[in-house]
Amino acid sequence: MSGAQLAVPVGPDDHARGPNDAAITLVEYGDYQCPYCGEAYSIVEKLLRALGEDVRLVFRNLPLVDVHVHAEAAAELAEAAAMQDKFWEMHDTLFENQGDLSDAALSRYAKTVGLDADRVARDLASGDPRARVEADFEGAIRSGANGTPTFFVNGDRYDGSWQFEPFKKYLQSLLKN
Amino acid sequence: MVLEEGALAPDFTLTDESGNGVTLSQINEPVVLIFYPADWSPVCSDELSVFSAARRLFDDRGARLLGISVDGMWCHQAFRSQRNLSFPLLADFEPKGAVAQSYGVYRNEDGISERALFVLDRTRHVSWKEISPLGENPGADGALRAVEALS
Repeated sequence: MSGAQLAVPVGPDDHARGPNDAAITLVEYGDYQCPYCGEAYSIVEKLLRALGEDVRLVFRNLPLVDVHVHAEAAAELAEAAAMQDKFWEMHDTLFENQGDLSDAALSRYAKTVGLDADRVARDLASGDPRARVEADFEGAIRSGANGTPTFFVNGDRYDGSWQFEPFKKYLQSLLKN
Repeated sequence: MVLEEGALAPDFTLTDESGNGVTLSQINEPVVLIFYPADWSPVCSDELSVFSAARRLFDDRGARLLGISVDGMWCHQAFRSQRNLSFPLLADFEPKGAVAQSYGVYRNEDGISERALFVLDRTRHVSWKEISPLGENPGADGALRAVEALS
């Protein structure tokens, strides 16, 4: 293990999926436009199904905007969706449609997910989603996130393979202890 | 010997990817020197992308980021442009690896530098350093904390 530690503890403001008292909390710092994160998305879905109630997933933003020009807008839209209690619907939609994250596409996804478009526009203009993404970003850097995706397992940066079998094996090994 | 904390960092002038000379002693602000093995290698690309994205956190604290590898200027130019990196890449190319050697982070066995970070204060003294295994991307947390400790 690297010794890098999650600098911002998981709290009530986080986007979490799974039981609060799960044995394992998996924090993913991700970028909606990053192809590796797209690959990790389906792997994490499989992990959640395989490990059931033992895992809670938390997603935070780490948009690498120098290489992914749509990453910031996509992240802000997901945060705006969260303000309408639809974070995970948007998160999934963005990863499932990663190939097109243009502004026009993002507006379409907002509609698909069932967001109130006027409210999205207002919330984005307020700057709150942007502030949230920036705070996530700084937390990621302070935690030693070293690329996208970066995973933290119960607070420790996970530097192993996040392909399904090795990642599952690692998480299961924690459950046995 | 790797340059230790507290040591005066050797001065150098190296060419960046646009052909401009960058002289360390002329930078009167804290500097993060990012020695990395090679342009284009997957781990280096991720490491530099993270630093690139984190640049504004370093800017806010008045610190400059400089990448250094033994690759030449043209290679740096293509790499920086393809990765859209927000800070310059210096060519430690001729004599090859001379700056890496003077910081004690040159690998004679394979002709590249270690993956090493040095944070220098305004007076060019080493306030913090970290050498990572070649295959391990260190992230920017240590360098950011070291820069914050300067102010």
